[in-house]
Formats: sequence, C-alpha cells, structure tokens
Amino acid sequence: MIKVVFFAALREQLNCSELSLSGENLTTVADLKTELASKSDTWQQIFANSALLSAVNHNMVNSEQTIKAGDEIAFFPPVTGG
Amino acid sequence: MIENSTPEISIQTADFSLADEVTLLEQDNAIDGAVVTFTGRVRNKNEGKNVTSLTLEHYPGMTEKSLAKIICTAKERWRLGRVKVIHRVGELFIGDQIVFVGVTSKHRQDAFAANEFIMDYLKVQAPFWKKESTEQGNNWLDAKVSDENKAAKW
Repeated sequence: MIKVVFFAALREQLNCSELSLSGENLTTVADLKTELASKSDTWQQIFANSALLSAVNHNMVNSEQTIKAGDEIAFFPPVTGG
Repeated sequence: MIENSTPEISIQTADFSLADEVTLLEQDNAIDGAVVTFTGRVRNKNEGKNVTSLTLEHYPGMTEKSLAKIICTAKERWRLGRVKVIHRVGELFIGDQIVFVGVTSKHRQDAFAANEFIMDYLKVQAPFWKKESTEQGNNWLDAKVSDENKAAKW
C-alpha cells in the first residue's frame, strides 16, 4: 500500500486530504499522477497542472522519482510560507 | 494541527517573544559577537486588498525536515553559532508575528547572510501555505516568481 496526501488549495479542490492505494503497477510519481487523474474530470484537470509539487517520504521530488510500497507521497501547490 | 519542536526549529500555533528568543541566542554564548534576527508579520494589505486574517497550513513532518536541511546548508556555508527558526500555523491576524529567524556568529557578515539565506529558502522550500481572508472573500496565496528568483541567487 502507498499513502497519498494532499495539502492547501489542492486538498480543497479534491475535497480529499488523504487516500491509500495498492500501488501495484505504479513505478514512479508520474504513474501515480496518471492513476489519480483517471478518477474524474476534476482530478484530471488538477493533475494536469505542471506547477503541482510532489514529495516522497517528506523529500521534494520530480515526477521521475520511483515509488514503492510503504511510501508516503504528497502533492501540493507551490509553497507560500514565511 | 501537530505542534513540534527541536532546539533549532519550532512549528507552533502560539505566539513567541522576540526578547525571549534573543536571550536564548545570547545566554552563555560569549564567543558570538553578532546576533541577527528577522521577524515576519501579517500585513494589513496584500495586492490592494484589505486583509483581515491569514490561515497557515503546513505538512507536519516534512516541514521540520525541510527547515533542518536549510539550516544545515546555512551552517556549511557560513560560520554560525546558534540558529533558531520559529514558524506559526493556524489563524493569524493583522500585526501578528508569523515567522522568526535568529542567527548568531562571531562576526556580522556571516549572521546577516545566513539569516537572509534561511528566510529566502524557507519561502520557496518549506511546505507552508497561506490562505488569506479579505473583505472580498478567502483565497489561497499564489507563490511569487520574485521569491524563486531571490532564492536562486544564492
């Protein structure tokens, strides 16, 4: 299983803060994005946004990053703290 | 909202005291002649709109890891004594303190540079998001290209 978490505007647009997936057949973050985008038109539109950032196990990564069972993968908009 | 802290990093809903933080940086610290602090506060206007409050969200766990990395990089680049980063989360109002960065070093150049470096990287790497409440409604703030450019200059 993999855990997927969403933050800020993304969490609100998806109306979802967290979900779990089997993760089978998913090799990279890009694969996961494709899988999530297939859920509905809304999800498709949101995951087509190139500004979206991703993290695996609390480290910022790009879409080519490989993923494995037990990972926590996060998607969120560009950060605006400080 | 999870509250978490290490000696150098604190993510908290509570306010902080600038005077207390300066004391912690200075006490029993005879080797550092320079103390540079930065405090960020909630402004009353943003992009022409009257702001009533800000709500800060973060990614517990990643936030601390990301700030620890930034501090570690700063310590590699400059000769630093003590470092403290505090970031508040939750709902904040006009004039409230949001963020504190305090750095000590033997001489001022290292402390000035490291403080600015930490703030610039916090702005573009630490997973915090601001939602603004204005007279026109609520909206998530967009990241600024100028912040990306500023961090890239280091």
